[in-house]
Order: sequence, then C-alpha cells, then structure tokens
Amino acid sequence: MSTTSATAQQTPTGQPPAERERVSAFAGLSRVMLLGFLRDRGTLFFTLVLPLLFLLLFGSLYKSSGTSHVKIAEVGSVQLLDQAPGDARAQLDKVLSITKYEDQNAALEKVRKGDLDGLVTSGPNGQVVLRFSASDQVKSGSVQAILNSVVESANQAASGKAPAFTLAASQVEDNSLKPIQYLTPGLLGYAIAMGAVYGASFTLVTWRKKRVLRRLRLTPVSPLAIVGARVGVSVLVALAQTALFLVVATMPYFGLKLSGNWWLIVPLVICATIAFMSIGLVTGSIAKSEEAANGINQIIVLPMSFLGGAFIPLDVAPGWLQTVSHALPLRYLIDPAKSVLSKGGGVMDALPSMGILLAFAAVMTLIASRFFNWDDA
Amino acid sequence: MTAAISADGIRKRYGDVQAVDGVSLTVETGEFYGILGPNGAGKTTTLEILEGIREPDEGRIELLGLAPWPRNSKLLPRIGVQFQASAFFNKLTARETIRTFASFYGVGPKRADAMLERVGLTDSATVHTDKMSGGQAQRLSIACALAHDPELVFLDEPTTGLDPQARRNLWDLLRDINSEGRTVVLTTHYLDEAEVLCDRVSVMDHGKVLKTGAPAALVREIDDTVRVSVESGQLSAARARELFGAAGAEIANLEDNSVSLSVSTRAPAPVLSVLAEQNALRGLEVRGATLEDVFLQLTGREYRA
Repeated sequence: MSTTSATAQQTPTGQPPAERERVSAFAGLSRVMLLGFLRDRGTLFFTLVLPLLFLLLFGSLYKSSGTSHVKIAEVGSVQLLDQAPGDARAQLDKVLSITKYEDQNAALEKVRKGDLDGLVTSGPNGQVVLRFSASDQVKSGSVQAILNSVVESANQAASGKAPAFTLAASQVEDNSLKPIQYLTPGLLGYAIAMGAVYGASFTLVTWRKKRVLRRLRLTPVSPLAIVGARVGVSVLVALAQTALFLVVATMPYFGLKLSGNWWLIVPLVICATIAFMSIGLVTGSIAKSEEAANGINQIIVLPMSFLGGAFIPLDVAPGWLQTVSHALPLRYLIDPAKSVLSKGGGVMDALPSMGILLAFAAVMTLIASRFFNWDDA
Repeated sequence: MTAAISADGIRKRYGDVQAVDGVSLTVETGEFYGILGPNGAGKTTTLEILEGIREPDEGRIELLGLAPWPRNSKLLPRIGVQFQASAFFNKLTARETIRTFASFYGVGPKRADAMLERVGLTDSATVHTDKMSGGQAQRLSIACALAHDPELVFLDEPTTGLDPQARRNLWDLLRDINSEGRTVVLTTHYLDEAEVLCDRVSVMDHGKVLKTGAPAALVREIDDTVRVSVESGQLSAARARELFGAAGAEIANLEDNSVSLSVSTRAPAPVLSVLAEQNALRGLEVRGATLEDVFLQLTGREYRA
C-alpha cells in the first residue's frame, strides 16, 4: 500500500465492528439531515419564522377582542350621560366610548356607515333618543341594552327607593377561551405540520433525484437507520418549534398561562410529527420533483390547517366543519394541545389522540411504501 | 482463488429494449477491467446489475464469491461504487460529504480526510459540492467510493466531461488504486483511456459482449495497415510509388495533400528504409492500429446519439 500509515492500518478485509458501524451511520445521517435543514433558508423561514410571525401578528390583533367596545355619538348635551355619578360613569366607559358631536346629521351619517354604533341625543320631556344601525346585530343589541340599563338605573335612583333586586357580579377565573389559548396550539400545529410534511417529502424527492437513495442502497446502512434519523431530526425541529412558541406565548404581553400537565405537549408533538411525516412520505413518493412536492404539500397542509382549527377555534366553528376536522390528523394535535397547555387537561385528554395519530401514521406509511421508488429510472 | 467477479448469461429487458442480452464475464482479483462500448450499448445497465442495484431477468452473478442481489449487507462493505452522475447530499461541503459516506461504513473522520487529501481536494474541503467543478466532483465521488477501503471498485465513466489535464490526473489516481491490489471495473467510451489503464477490456454493443482481451492483443488481432507520413515536398508522389514498388512494398494507399505525403501499407519496413535512403524523413509519423480501430471495426461507424 502506498497510502499513509493512518490508512494502512485498515486492510481491505479489516472490518470495523458492526456495533460501532450502526451508531455512527445513524449519527452521520442525522447530521446530514439537520445541516440540510439549517442551511436551507427557505425551509428555515417557512417552518420557524413564518408561523412565529403569525403568532405575533394574530396574538397582537386578537389580544383585545372579546371586549367589543361600543362607540356612540352624543349630540348636544345628554343629561343622563353627563351627570352620571363618577363610579357609574367609569363602569360605562369600560363598554362605551362616547364622542361629542354638535352636528346631528354628520353623526347620523357615521352611524349609517358603521363608523359609530349609535347616536344619543336629548328629546322632549326627559326622553333620551337613541338612533342605531342594525348592521352589526351584536353591537346594536349591546348599545340598546347598555343605554336601557342606564335609563333604568337613573329612573330607579330618581324614585328614591332602594332597589328590590340587585345584581351581585363576580369574575370567574379564565374558563373562557382567550385568543392566545387557541392561537398557540393552532399555529403551533400548523408550524409542525409544515415542518414535518416538507421535511419528509423533500428528503425523499431530493435524495431520489440526486441519486443519493440509490447510492445509500449500495452502502451497508440499514433502512431503519435512515428512517430513524429522519424521524429524530423532524422531532427535534418540532420540539424546537414548540419551545419557541411557548416562550413567546407565555410572555406577559401575550399572557398564556400554562396549566399543570402542559408537559404532555411533548409526547403529543412527537406523535403528531410522526403522523405528519407519514403524509410527507406519501407526497415525496408520488412527486417526481421538488416543485411538484411543494405543490402537493401546499394543497394538503393549507386546507388541513384551515379545516383542522389552526387559524380559527373549532368550538365556534359550524357543525359540518367540526365533523370534517375529525378526519384530519391536525385536529388530534391542536385539540388536546389546547387542553393540556392551558385548560388543565390531563393524560387522558392526550392519550387517545396520540393513539389516533400513530395509527394514522401507520396507514400512511403503508400507502407510501406502495408508491416508493429508489430512483427515477 | 475465486474470481472477483463472475457473471454468466445476464439478461435485462426494459419494455421492448433488450438492454443486456446474455453478458458473461470473469474479472480476476487485482485486475483492471474495462467495459467499452458506444452510448446505449448496455454498459451502465451491466454495471448496475453487477453492483446489485438492479435485478437481472436472467443470469448468475457472484462478486467476491457472494451474490449481489438481493441487497447483501455482508458484501456491501467490500465494494465501492461511483456513479456516472455524482450522488451527493445537498448543502454539504466536500469534507462533510466524505465524512458522511465514511460514517456509513463505521470509518472515522481521520481516514475520510486522508482520502480527501489523496484525491487532492484538501484545499477544496470547505467548498459545497454543488459549487465544485466537474473534475473535483468526480474526484470526490471516487474518494467517497474508496473511503472504506473496498476490495472491488466500480467506476462508471469517471472521466466523462473532464478536461485533458483532469483526465490525466484521474488516470494516475486510478492506476494507484489498482496497484494497491484492488480490483477495478470501469466503463468508458474513451478508447485511449482503456488502452492506458486496463489489463483487459470487453467491447460491448447492443447488450452483448463482442470481444474480450488485453487491449494490445485486440489491436494486433485486427489485421490493419500501418500509416506512414512525412512532410510534403521531400519526395514526389509518383517517385515514391515507383521506389516503394521497386523495394517490394505493397501499398494500399498513397497520397500527397501538399502538407503530408501519406502511405498506408502492411509492410512498413521497406517503406521506411526507402524514405530513409531518400533522406525524406522530416516530420515522420508512424501510426499503427489502435483500440479505436478495433472498436470501430466491431461496432460499426454509423453515428449514434
């Protein structure tokens, strides 16, 4: 041998021990896949940055939704509003924003256009005149009810008697769904679906196109090591996405409060990643090029995200949508994730979904194996 | 001692095309073996069947005494393969690529880096594989095939598309690989390459082996004329014909295109002595038959895409 002394130690027949071989092949493959992910700016953007931007955007937009403020115009002076006692007026300002107008016609025009929800002015004999537009039924109902209660309580106070009935109101701690509570699992589900579907399908398509799959077949690497490395890397990416989302969502600005069993998100995300990867296996086996794979993946991931509750909470969705969502794997991540993250859900809220996700993955992998090809030729 | 490769009656059909039509060959251990043929002759398919990525429709194959099909993980560490188009992972540098391939065989980064050095790519170690020149990519591809020190190496048209310098460099490398005791099987359609490198070649066309032997033996076998040419103006064509006839040299063809006076003959000795006597040896060139002539005689001259 004319090679250096370092290489001369290994003769053509000198085989390294089989155990070491498997370990390092797995590590080598994992490294290749991870580098392929980290060095592809497009993939990095679509799996990590874009979903996070969605969270920041929607999180900020919907932050104050739920307390729908009613805007009314006060034309001239309305005694009832102007002379309300301090604390009553403060209560009123929480739900009403009152703007003073001199010109009644201008104010009326604004009501017609929907810029204002109502117009209040003084009528004869202590009448309070309210004009409203019924374009937004919820708001028109609110404005009537609020002003009615103002008038009623003024009447009651004018009678000089103690009220016969009083309302004792107290706030209940967070049983309602705040936007951040459904936005976090929803958008996280979308992010993980994107990452896992694309990761699996692009590895398959590029490796087939670049003949790497075929080349791998002529190395002693076991198919199990290849699949294992791909699952490992995809799960790692998904857990990174999860960590990023939770850090952002629990910031005081967004105010997500994690409940006791939130760690159940980890096994849930792992199962969901495997399920989404199986979709990528099918699309990657069918598609002949990256462009085709990209198209097919979009057609699957985007509708699945809309119908599976990634962008809107399914609780308020129409019945047909809820039915459809049961056929989509994304639902089995988002629904239990919502429950365990912030609504105090336990193991039993996550376990059935995890089972469904894994069963889904098994079926899809079986389908993928029927379309799978080592090379294009 | 078992042969490195023994193949018997391999056939492979794709639809209407009989890509490989009964190929039998034996490659001895340590031999440098070439498979020659025009495009579409079935070289690559034959090689792929030998490597074990394609299943033959018929035939029996043994590599190092083992069957390559179905995938045999006992055999794979003992063979090294280089594809016609390089097969690299995306987004990796040269060093990362060879280290990854080495890891598949349990070979550490030290040996991988040494292999990179060996093919002269140490300076390009941090270049991404999609930015490499054709020659660099071919050398990296060969280095990847050799990282685990295989006994038997398959190279599919390793010098296609390289400039003359890169080709010569690669030839040196291939010769070294072979002289270390490895068996090398290479396909090519460059005849000079086969003539320089191979101990034996098989000329293939239409899926069949037409002829097998040492390049020199094949060349000798075809009874072709020798072409002798000298610079024009030293001797007129008419005078030359007269002198050659007197010397008893049978002339197949004689012409003077005002640049060279060329003579084709089966008896070069009297022709050369006549030219020497006439002191007309300026610009002398003697060209015997080459593997190219063998090749063209066997596969025909018609143009094929």
